[in-house]
Amino acid sequence: MLLKELSEAVAVSSREDEVRTLLKEHLSSSVDEVKTDRLGNLFCYKGWKESQPKILIAAHMDEVGLMVTKIEKDGFLRFQPVGSLDPRVLVSKPVVIGKEKVPGVIGAKPIHLQEPDERKKALDFKDLFIDIGVDSKAEAEGLVSLGDLVAFSTEYEELGDGIVKGKAFDDRAGCAVLAEILKRDYRLGLAGVFTVQEEVGARGAEVVGKTLEPDLTIVLEGTTAADVPEIEEHEGSTKMGYGPALTIMDGSVLPHRPTLDKLLKIAEANDIPIQFRRSTKGFTDAGSLQRGRGGIPTVVVSVPCRYIHSPACLVDTKDIENTVALIVEFLRSVEQEGVPS
Amino acid sequence: MKEILTKLTRLYGPSGHEEFVRDAIKEMVEPHCDEVIVDPLGNLIAHKKGSGPKLMLAAHMDEIGVMVTDIDKEGFLRFTKVGGVSPHQLLGQRVVFKNGTFGVFGHEKLDDIKDLKFEKMFIDIGATSREEAEEKVSLGDVAVFDRDLVEAGDRWIAKGLDDRAGCAVLIKVLQELSSSPNDIYAVFTVQEEVGTRGAKTSAYSIEPDLGLAVDVTLVGDTPKAPTNAVALGKGPTIKVKDALVLAHPQVKESLVEVAKSHGIPYQFEILDNGGTDAGPIHLTKSGVKSGGVSIPCRYVHSPTEMVSKTDMDNAVKLLKAYLTSVQV
Amino acid sequence: MEIKDFLEETTQATGASGYETQVASIFRRYIEGVSDEVWTDPLGNVIAVRRGPRENSPKIMLAGHMDEIGLVITRIEDGGFLRFTKIGGIDERTLLAQEVRVHGRSTLTGVIGAKPPHIQEPDERRKSVPMDKLFIDVGLEEEKVRELVSVGDIATIKRKVISLNCDTLAGKAMDDRAGVAVVLATFRELVRLKSQVTVYGVATVQEEVGTRGAQTSTYGIDPDIGIGIDVTFADRDDLVEERAKLGKGPVIAIGPQVHPKVYQRMVETARKRGIDYQIDPSPHPFGTDTAPIQVARSGVASILVSIPLRYMHTSVETLKLRDIEAAGRLLAEFISSIDAEFVEGLSCF
Repeated sequence: MLLKELSEAVAVSSREDEVRTLLKEHLSSSVDEVKTDRLGNLFCYKGWKESQPKILIAAHMDEVGLMVTKIEKDGFLRFQPVGSLDPRVLVSKPVVIGKEKVPGVIGAKPIHLQEPDERKKALDFKDLFIDIGVDSKAEAEGLVSLGDLVAFSTEYEELGDGIVKGKAFDDRAGCAVLAEILKRDYRLGLAGVFTVQEEVGARGAEVVGKTLEPDLTIVLEGTTAADVPEIEEHEGSTKMGYGPALTIMDGSVLPHRPTLDKLLKIAEANDIPIQFRRSTKGFTDAGSLQRGRGGIPTVVVSVPCRYIHSPACLVDTKDIENTVALIVEFLRSVEQEGVPS
Repeated sequence: MKEILTKLTRLYGPSGHEEFVRDAIKEMVEPHCDEVIVDPLGNLIAHKKGSGPKLMLAAHMDEIGVMVTDIDKEGFLRFTKVGGVSPHQLLGQRVVFKNGTFGVFGHEKLDDIKDLKFEKMFIDIGATSREEAEEKVSLGDVAVFDRDLVEAGDRWIAKGLDDRAGCAVLIKVLQELSSSPNDIYAVFTVQEEVGTRGAKTSAYSIEPDLGLAVDVTLVGDTPKAPTNAVALGKGPTIKVKDALVLAHPQVKESLVEVAKSHGIPYQFEILDNGGTDAGPIHLTKSGVKSGGVSIPCRYVHSPTEMVSKTDMDNAVKLLKAYLTSVQV
Repeated sequence: MEIKDFLEETTQATGASGYETQVASIFRRYIEGVSDEVWTDPLGNVIAVRRGPRENSPKIMLAGHMDEIGLVITRIEDGGFLRFTKIGGIDERTLLAQEVRVHGRSTLTGVIGAKPPHIQEPDERRKSVPMDKLFIDVGLEEEKVRELVSVGDIATIKRKVISLNCDTLAGKAMDDRAGVAVVLATFRELVRLKSQVTVYGVATVQEEVGTRGAQTSTYGIDPDIGIGIDVTFADRDDLVEERAKLGKGPVIAIGPQVHPKVYQRMVETARKRGIDYQIDPSPHPFGTDTAPIQVARSGVASILVSIPLRYMHTSVETLKLRDIEAAGRLLAEFISSIDAEFVEGLSCF
């Protein structure tokens, strides 16, 4: 599986090159055709032209990050978030900046110099800056430009029992699942699409939805696992280790019910653990893909990840394997019975 | 144990006035020790000689109290605290002075009970004038809670269990310890509640190789308590840290080993606030490897402190086993 | 480059207050070659000595502390999540989403989590997450966690050293592995210099919980001159300009904890040898190992020399290597300028 490489690659929304290149190289021999569009979405076709029915499976390549918005006179960098990011996770973390991955750290005022009141207040983006170790603005300008994108610097690591730690599992987990699916052969038309700019408003998916007209769309996501202390069970969304999660509703889509029912049946028949995503908040590529043209039956299947949109997320690789198994079995059933209706 | 604890908790012994407690303990331990001395600050040092390294155990004799700072013309007493006393713990309490004079607490008119402060409170000893009051008490006199020990199932409830419970454990250990290869100094210290002062000077003169404080510790086993895994009845605690000491890992681990090998239940003490005699002991001269064994205690520094009998028995077992087997 | 290697190796090692043995053994390994003798005292301070020419040569003590702020596990929750409290002054705001190492029966990697932000009320999101609402997630099943971790185990921040531009390094525990590195650098410089004194290089323990190791080690050594070596707030730390600057040399403190004659000699040495230095007016004689050193036994002529450091007590403490090297040079030159006559004069006011 490609998860380590995918997680450690940098692809803040609009600069998805590293993930795209990695996927292209990895998949070119497994698919009929690899194409990219003007926004940078990556299309991998298998039997798309000649076979029916046509299934689109999408996962987004981009991750949340920061953008350099100002270089201060002493060489420190100011920034704004790209995508939805809680500023509280930034303090005291290492980052890399731009294509050249210039290392930097996000510092904070020492606790000794803080007023007791200050310690309780969350630090906001305006209070934070990146230190790249230079002594002047000129030195900084030699290394970094305005608009450079900033990503967390996090090593992928296996913690044991199949649990791994890394960054950007939203949605590299989905990318890893889709890459696995594309390595197998099917008797149907399959378009695996790795989208750009999901985190800033599903902008890649918007053009994909207008480009392709499949019979069914499956969106693969990495979603919040909230099986942690400090939250009530009813507030939880998904649980890590309990299998792929089916969306019942979110901010962008009401999924195709017959397909959900089919997925549940397949999971049961094949002994694959499955759960519902019990939160109805958030949005994904699914909305744009469902409604880009005349309306496409669409479902969202997610891999539960703890601490998404932070420098260090956890995912259970068994959940990833089970998501692959579920989708592959589903595609097998579509080969036999067509798209559920 | 009951007899010892009943006797010790009933005695008057605020910081600086530990003589009654000291005399009682001296009587109980003298037959079991090679030498018992009282040092200049009033620490009682019970020495059980051995050829091995010097082990110092410390349990403090003193308790918290209130000190008279003013006597007004109607005979009411104004006061300050000795050790960690909070005003709301005093409401409705009866205190007693060294000479047996009783006092109760009252407070000035308050708009909100949250405004309760020592400055707004007074002690009423039943006197009707300054002259009458001065016949019974003087400025600087200290009073302590007046409350006898009671039993409730496996629990004991009393004032001053901090740290008469530790003293009782240490007394039992001295009485029951038959022989030890180590050179044991059991120190019943003074003035712990005002800044672990007795332990500092006694450790300086003893110069031990290893130090253990025997005190009480806070628990988290009551409704909506702060995060603290310690519970009453689950065994004595082995110190990891308190505000004044990080237990030496070797001391902590060797206590765990002894507890395990003797099948004695134990818990870990991780105290953010509140220190013990282990603090000054470990900073003595060039440093002393130190730790502690504590007795879980609810409602510390109230007149109704509560400990578990089995925890105390297990603390005695743990210390006895430790003292006979430990190698520094 | 040995100093950089030392700094990388020691900051990546674990040394929460009271649990400094990993750092201690690295320090011993590096300093043994430039010392006459190295030993460890009861609390764990490592003391290296370079003996002077005579039995009664004056004694100078250098002290940098080995310990770092850390965490200790207080409870294991359902699901195997670990609650913790701090050892030393950790800024709770730096903990969220931080990777840690939990030192249980084996060493586990964990992530510090909290209630997901989208479930928090807007009001809640404007506040930092207090420590009692945070937890460590080691990703393992509860049963396994209980087998490997116990209440009382230590956890530390996990951080590899980051080489920034312009000779700048960032990492955890630069406070005060930088100071220990200065002790090492000074000893290495002393190899080529003549010295009239006996020099004790001490890597102290438990500074972050109240300068405890310095208190006992100074008692044992009984020095004539004591030099505490720590880190100090640098520019940018509170967004004002008057702090020390990174890269402009070691910072010499002046104030009640500093002996005026030692200060004068230190500054003269820096000027004479052309070593960059900065001055830190320090009105409060507390907070570093110099505080207990000064009042040990019958009193010690003490001084505080610091390395400028940004973002103290975070896991991205940032400094410049050249400040450490310059401090090593300065202290070695200072030491070699000291003789019995100077030491005698320290009591003459």
